Amino acid sequence: MTTLETSVPTVDPADSSDDAVKLHGLLAEFESPGEVLKAAEQVRKAGYRWWDCCTPFPVHGLDGAMGIKPTILPIMVFFAGLTGLMAAFILQAFTNSSGMTVWAMVWVTGYPYLISGKPLLSIPAFIPVMFELTILFAALTCVFGMFTMNGLPRLHHPLLGNDRFRRVTDDRFYIVIEARDPKFFRTRTEAFLESLGAVAVEEVQD
Amino acid sequence: MSSIRADQVGGRIVDNTTEVPGTRAPLVLNMTTFGQVTAQVSKVSEAGRAPLAWYVAFAGSLGLLGLLGVCVLYLIFTGVGVWGLNTPVAWAYDITNFVFWVGIGHAGTLISAILFLFRQKWRTGINRFAEAMTIFAVMCAGIFPGIHVGRVWVVYWLFPLPNQMEMWPQFRSPLLWDVFAVSTYFTVSLLFWYTGLIPDLATLRDRAKGRLQQVAYGLFALGWRGSNRHWHRYERAYLLLAALSTPLVLSVHSVVSFDFAVSQLPGWHTTIFPPYFVAGAIFSGFAMVVTLAVPAREMFGLKNLITLRHLDNMNKVILVTGSMVGYAYAMEFFIAWYSGALYEKFAFVNRAFGQYWWAYLLMVSCNVITPQLFWFKAIRTSIPLMFFLSLVVNVGMWFERFVIIVSSLANDFLPSSWEFFTPTWVDIGTMAGAFGLFFTLFLLFCRFLPMIAMAEVKMVMPAADPHHDEDGHHHGTPATGDPS
Repeated sequence: MTTLETSVPTVDPADSSDDAVKLHGLLAEFESPGEVLKAAEQVRKAGYRWWDCCTPFPVHGLDGAMGIKPTILPIMVFFAGLTGLMAAFILQAFTNSSGMTVWAMVWVTGYPYLISGKPLLSIPAFIPVMFELTILFAALTCVFGMFTMNGLPRLHHPLLGNDRFRRVTDDRFYIVIEARDPKFFRTRTEAFLESLGAVAVEEVQD
Repeated sequence: MSSIRADQVGGRIVDNTTEVPGTRAPLVLNMTTFGQVTAQVSKVSEAGRAPLAWYVAFAGSLGLLGLLGVCVLYLIFTGVGVWGLNTPVAWAYDITNFVFWVGIGHAGTLISAILFLFRQKWRTGINRFAEAMTIFAVMCAGIFPGIHVGRVWVVYWLFPLPNQMEMWPQFRSPLLWDVFAVSTYFTVSLLFWYTGLIPDLATLRDRAKGRLQQVAYGLFALGWRGSNRHWHRYERAYLLLAALSTPLVLSVHSVVSFDFAVSQLPGWHTTIFPPYFVAGAIFSGFAMVVTLAVPAREMFGLKNLITLRHLDNMNKVILVTGSMVGYAYAMEFFIAWYSGALYEKFAFVNRAFGQYWWAYLLMVSCNVITPQLFWFKAIRTSIPLMFFLSLVVNVGMWFERFVIIVSSLANDFLPSSWEFFTPTWVDIGTMAGAFGLFFTLFLLFCRFLPMIAMAEVKMVMPAADPHHDEDGHHHGTPATGDPS
C-alpha cells in the first residue's frame, strides 16, 4: 500500500504523556450506506481489529463486510426458555400436587389440591403457565442479554463527546479505528481512512 | 418502465395505494433523505408547544382519568356492591372492559411481531404507536381484574407467594393462567417497545438543545451509539422477540377465552372460543389503530409517513378479521343447533332474541355488516369514512364481550334465578375513565416520544440499500429521471 511507504509513523498514542488528552481513535464520516459498506471491507482487509462502524440503522451486508461473527444470543434465549419451562413445571407441581416442605429462601410447603377428582399431577392444566414462563424467561434473557453483551447501558463513551458524531443517529455513517489497535498509527491510519472516500476524518479524544 | 416514486412528484403527495406491477409502492412520501425523516419525526417532541388540538384532547382525557380515580377509590372504600352486579350476573362491565382492552392490545403486537416475521415493510410507519397502544391498553385491562376481586389489598394472592396461610393459587384455574398470560404479555410488549425505542431515543438525545432533554433522553437511550457490532445483536434480539411475541399474542387471548370456555356455562363452554377471540382481538385492535392514527397523522403532520397505503392495508386487515368474526358468530349458532344440547340451543336463541336482543343486534351490525363496506377501495381510502367505521367497530367489539358475558350469565340453567343486569354510574364511570387513562398516556407518548420508528423507517427507504448509489443516483439529490 502506498500510504505505508510515504507516511512516517508518529509516536504511538499509548506512549504519549499523561497530561495530554488521550486519543481514543480516528473517526471517518461517510455519506451513504454504500460508501461505508465498501470502506468497511477495506478496513477489515487492512487487518485492523479494534474498529467499528456506527450507523443510524443497520446497514444490509455490513455484518459480512466487517466480518462479525454470529451472536450466541439465540442459544442463550433457547436455554432461558427451557429454564422457564422447567421452572413453571416445578412451581406448579410443587405448589399444587405435592405436600413437600422445601427451603426456597423461606420454608414453604406444597398443598395437594384435589379438584373435581382430577389427578394431583394434572399436567394438561399446567401447560398454559409453562408456556407463558417459557416466553417470559426467553424474552427477558433476549433483551437483557443483548444489552449486556453490547456493554450497555453506559453513561458515557468517547464517541458521544464528539460533535461530528451526533449525526450518527440521524443520517451519517462512521468508521472508527481505535488507537489501541496494533496497526493504528496516527497519520498512516488517517491517510488510509481518507483514501476510502471519507468526507471527513478527525480525532476522537478519550 | 413507469414506477411510482415519491421523489418524482416534487412536493405533492402521490397516491401510493395503487399497485404497479414490478415496482414497490413507496412507503415514505415526499422525502428522499434520512435527515428529512429525523427532522420531521423529532420536530413533534422538540416543539415548544403542542398543537391546540393536543391540549384540548389532553384536558378531556385528564378529566376522564380523574373520573376513573374517583370510581376506583369509591369502589375500594365501599365494595364491589357499587357496581350493578347481581347473583347470576357476577361478571359484567368489569370483565367486558378487561377483555375489550386486552383485545385492543393485540393489534400492536400483530403489527410489531407477526408483520415483522412476514417482512411486511409497511409496518415500520405504524408499529411504534401501535405498540404504545398495546402497552397502554394492557394497563387499562389490568385495572379491571385487579379491582373486581373486591379486597384489593390482598390482590397479591393471585401470585404464588409464600404466605402465613400456607396456601397457594390453584393452577388448574384459567383465571390463574390469565394472571400469567397477561403479565407476561405486558412485560414482553414493554421490552419489545423499549428495545425498538432505544435508537430513536438516541436520536432525540443527540438533537436535544436543552440540558433536561439531553439528560432525560440520554438516560433512557442507555448510551446507544449505533455501533454495528451492537446493531448485529440488536437485530437478532429483535427477531427473537418477534418470534417469541407471535405465539405469545395468540396465547394471551386464547387464555382469556379459557376464562369462559373452560367453564360449564352454556354460551361460554365452546371450543371455537380461542381462535374466535384472537380474530376478534386483532379486529378490534386494528380498528383502534385506525381510530388513533387518523387524528394523530393529522394533528402532527405525519401524512407522508403514515400514508394512505398504511391505512388502506389496515382496513383490509379489519375486513378479513371482521369476516372471521362473522363466521365465528354463525358457527356458534350452527354448533348450538347441531349439538342437540337444550341449554346450549336456548343460550344462543336467547342471545339473539332474549332480553339482550338490542346488544346482540348492535354487535352483529357493527362487527359483521360494517366491515364488509371495506371491500370498496373508495371506502378504504376515505379518511372520514374509515374513521367513522373504526369507531363503529370499537363499539361493536365492546358489545360483543358484553353479549357473551352478560347474556350467558343472566339466563342460565334455572329460570327462577334469572336476573337482568343494569349498570350503575360507577360501572359507566369506570368504563369511561379507562378511556381517560388510555388517551392520557397515548397523548403524552405522542408529545414526548418519537411516534414513528425513525431508524426502521430509514431502513425501508430506497436510499438505505447499499447498492442504491450504484445506479447513478446520490441519495442526497432527488432523482428526477426514470431509474432504469
